[in-house]
Amino acid sequence: MSTVKAAATEPQVMTGADILVKSLVDHGVEVLFAYPGGCSMPLHQALTRFGHSIRTILPRHEQGGGFAAQGYSRSTGKVGVVMATSGPGATNLVTAIADAKLDSVPMLCITGQVATGAIGSDAFQETPMVEICRGITKHHYLVTDIADLPRVMKEAFFIATSGRPGPVLVDLPKDIQLSTLEIDMDPSMNLPGYEPAPPTVPSETIRQIAAAIKSSHRPILYAGGGIVMGGASEELREFVRKSGIPVTTTIMGIGAIPPEDDHAMSWLGMHGAAYANYAVRDCDLLIALGVRFDDRVTGKVEAFAKDAKIIHVDIDSSELNKNKQAHIAVRGDVKQVLTELNKVVQKPEIAQWQDHCDKLKAKHPFRYDENFDGILQQHAIKTLSDMTADMDTYVTVGVGQHQMWAAQFFQFRRPRTWHSSSGLGTMGFGLPAAMGVQAAHPDALVIDIDGDGSFQMNIQELATCFCEELPVKVLLLNNQHLGMVVQWEDRFMDRNRAHTYLGPIRHDEASGKSNADRFTYAEDRYPDYVQIAKGYGCGAATVREKGDLEAALREMIDHKGPYLLDVQVPYQEHVLPMIPGNMTVDDMILE
Amino acid sequence: MSNPNQRHVLCALVQNVPGVLAHISGMLASRGFNIDSLAVGETEDPNLSRMTFVVVGDAHVLDQVGKQLEKIVTVVRVLDVSSRDFVERDLLLLKVQAPAGPVRSEIRELVDIFRGKIVDVGPEEIMVEISGRENKVQAFIERMRPYGITELCRTGRIAMVRSESRMPRIDQLAGKTASA
Repeated sequence: MSTVKAAATEPQVMTGADILVKSLVDHGVEVLFAYPGGCSMPLHQALTRFGHSIRTILPRHEQGGGFAAQGYSRSTGKVGVVMATSGPGATNLVTAIADAKLDSVPMLCITGQVATGAIGSDAFQETPMVEICRGITKHHYLVTDIADLPRVMKEAFFIATSGRPGPVLVDLPKDIQLSTLEIDMDPSMNLPGYEPAPPTVPSETIRQIAAAIKSSHRPILYAGGGIVMGGASEELREFVRKSGIPVTTTIMGIGAIPPEDDHAMSWLGMHGAAYANYAVRDCDLLIALGVRFDDRVTGKVEAFAKDAKIIHVDIDSSELNKNKQAHIAVRGDVKQVLTELNKVVQKPEIAQWQDHCDKLKAKHPFRYDENFDGILQQHAIKTLSDMTADMDTYVTVGVGQHQMWAAQFFQFRRPRTWHSSSGLGTMGFGLPAAMGVQAAHPDALVIDIDGDGSFQMNIQELATCFCEELPVKVLLLNNQHLGMVVQWEDRFMDRNRAHTYLGPIRHDEASGKSNADRFTYAEDRYPDYVQIAKGYGCGAATVREKGDLEAALREMIDHKGPYLLDVQVPYQEHVLPMIPGNMTVDDMILE
Repeated sequence: MSNPNQRHVLCALVQNVPGVLAHISGMLASRGFNIDSLAVGETEDPNLSRMTFVVVGDAHVLDQVGKQLEKIVTVVRVLDVSSRDFVERDLLLLKVQAPAGPVRSEIRELVDIFRGKIVDVGPEEIMVEISGRENKVQAFIERMRPYGITELCRTGRIAMVRSESRMPRIDQLAGKTASA
């Protein structure tokens, strides 16, 4: 099968660099993020020759480029492409690659490499990129013969997007970029061991699942990133309508079901909805679709849904029975399974159970102190969510408290509108990911809801946003601390502050125990984010009074270019509920 | 509960491309799988190599090793050989102190009993080649210990399913599921 959009071309003489770039164009790549250097200059020269059909965005750090490619991919489902030079350029991609692997993001990473003759000689800017990346890519190539290049590119796109998606690395030595060959751009692939699609799930299995549902009394759906990645959100929604089964998602599954749905039970896990966790505790049938029983979801895995029969459907057979034994383990495409199930499923008799779930939902909503006279993080997020409800909005986040609150208080009604580094938990994800989302959706409102710790990890990308005309908005929930670590210090380490304050070390907040109450601010704020953003050419403002929040958000939303709104928030607010690591739902902290 | 120290023999057909051994051994190490031996060599098809693993663990571990191996793009097929009727061999080269005289004769006799071969003779020591199942090779090593083993080297196990249930040829493969 051909993965190339255009028809096979006549053989022609091309350089390796041109072959690579033409291959990107032929595979439908419209945007890539690329930072040049000694060993990737021929590639960049080639990119200018194809400039009419491919946009090259220059990030200000390769990691930013990696996460931008992810934002592009996560919000479109297409392959995100990032390019860097050899050595440090390449190693700066490593975190973004590992991140894409854990969240199953189809990404193509192209790195320059020193010339084939110099490989292994510890040459200038040489690192063994393929060796470094074996365990964090879905597949990887070091191209040592130009004749292999068209096939490698074709395979790379095919592997990145098929089956369980993931990142693919193509490491391309400089001499291969510069050499020429008369070449066929559409050769056949050589992947005798690669299974691009799972086998069709047989109808007996579908009937078995339907029967288990029919005879259940307390069923719940546990839906994950596989639903979003697999384009099965519509099928899931239909299934929920037909069956009336309550549905909770993972963090990766947010957006698969609209929060207003009668049967939607928000998301589950360590900081998920208490009612979702209780419902999973109480269920007698857990229907797990496109999930991997991650420890942040299950807590103590033996106690997770311990009285339930478990149906587990996943495209990756190695996820079945890996963390939790399933009674019905099905390797398959969730979209196919849901499509088939929708034809045969009968509504189980679960009125009592639905009622139980409704009561749990009413009793344990996400909450915060709405009477506080300053701005709490949750309040800022909820207000933004309400104000943007009717807009074409995409949200990215960093990692930490703000990430959890965004998941709790922002309402995501469509798949692929919520973007979080969920498996790897990479701080600094938010801003560059937003950049990539914006590049894919130029007219959409793209907001990075960030914390001040995470934001600083890729703050240089404000320059990219300005220079490349990507009007990303940053809602900076600035508490001057590494809030999630502070929360753990408060809860489990006797409030001892251990390098979790982000201001100067001479400030009181940096040392000693904090006995401050939840609504204390760090004063003498550092750094001045408004000045920084303005220095980069972005619009910026700061806000502290609750009464000023809406107007400040309005100004941010209406601003034409990139914009940063620095929201001053207290630092002792905790993300709740919380199930401490490796504990059970019965250990959940509610306040 | 199955035996956590069960030893299983797995065979993998892999594409004969650079780095495939590093990829596989890296995956096994990073996921904490306990591998007793690993042997690699070309097959009848020069595009393919065959790896034989001895994996220690319960059925769950074996299942995961198989599935994680199958996920590697260059792995063409994985087979749990020890679930079939199979032949396994381990090749041993060993140098043992054997001064000319009665000791050397004694060792020669033992080598004969184990159907081994003396492949080199020095003034003070001899080199022996033995092949066979693991427990036979192990038993021979134990017999040699009292004489003073000066050097020892083994290939690790290789295994092949007997004819009636042998692995299908590459061009006959539909998928690469181990539970064939």
